[in-house]
Amino acid sequence: MGCGRVGARLAQMLTVAGHEVTILDIKSSAFGRLGPDFKGTTMLGNGIDQELLRRAGIERSDAFVAATQGDNRNIMASQIAQHMFGVKRVVTRIYDPLRSSTFAALGLHAISPTIIGANSFYEELTGDKAPALPI
Amino acid sequence: MYAIIAGGGKVGFFLARELIEQGHEVLIIENVGERAEFISNELGNVVLRGNADEASTLAEAGAERSDVVVAVTGDDEDNLVICQVAKKRFGSQRTIARINDPRNEGIFRVLGIDATVNATQMMLSVLEQEIPHANLVPLLRLRNTDVEVVEAVLDQRSRVTGTALRDVDLPPESTIAVVIRDGSAFFPNGSTVLQPGDEVVALTRSTHEPRLRSLFFRER
Repeated sequence: MGCGRVGARLAQMLTVAGHEVTILDIKSSAFGRLGPDFKGTTMLGNGIDQELLRRAGIERSDAFVAATQGDNRNIMASQIAQHMFGVKRVVTRIYDPLRSSTFAALGLHAISPTIIGANSFYEELTGDKAPALPI
Repeated sequence: MYAIIAGGGKVGFFLARELIEQGHEVLIIENVGERAEFISNELGNVVLRGNADEASTLAEAGAERSDVVVAVTGDDEDNLVICQVAKKRFGSQRTIARINDPRNEGIFRVLGIDATVNATQMMLSVLEQEIPHANLVPLLRLRNTDVEVVEAVLDQRSRVTGTALRDVDLPPESTIAVVIRDGSAFFPNGSTVLQPGDEVVALTRSTHEPRLRSLFFRER
């Protein structure tokens, strides 16, 4: 869910590795990022719409990734995938570190690009391992 | 009561106005500066400017001592996250969310939001009640369950009429609780034979509602 830079790149990598991929976005222009050789399926629509998820085949999917720009949209869609459709592997992008820790505690597998990004910069700059901050 | 209202749109504004009038303590969280200013001009010092989905804003609002957090922004995903953060991080006693898409009701319930209000669904229910004999009318959902009270006026199509109830093949976990015939209500038993024109009030799980509907209204 979400065909931005991250979503599109991930979809390309997964299809190259031989996986079956359906990618959703609310803007058809976003699918341009996939390039002409993309082997997966594209679908226009909002990933928090359960009917759309069903049409995208979520019931037989092995994994769901929410990678839109909106933390709350990602959180809601992921919880729908997990709790309404029983998808086993769900990964959610949550920019806000606080929300990321809250929803990790609520059972989401959250990736926070903010934390990963800041840590990488810190490590490049200092050569030390990035310290954990109190949230 | 101390109520935190997330979202200072029309719903949040009028809700706050009524609660204040009833003597309750209210704080609206609104992220648009102009709107926040408008609200404080109208209602006084009851606005906190910020994003209610951020834990720091809820902390500043005193979420841990609030009796209820009401999320009434225009976006279902924001309302869901606000309620979940309030519950998880601040142990909010009670969270109430506005829902725009009726299909989202299930996920809010599964995730433990205490109550939801859905204007679209309410309009639908009113409309359905306006159309006589048309359908199975949902009257109410029993608190925190998926058990619904539904009503139907039987007609010639109903497969439940003309047969003793004990021989009617009702869906599982469904029961016909009350029958209203010629203006008076009675509690049916196995030997009751339903007739066209009977109003029946039934209890069922929402998952079985379509089967009940087809039993009542599909051609024999």
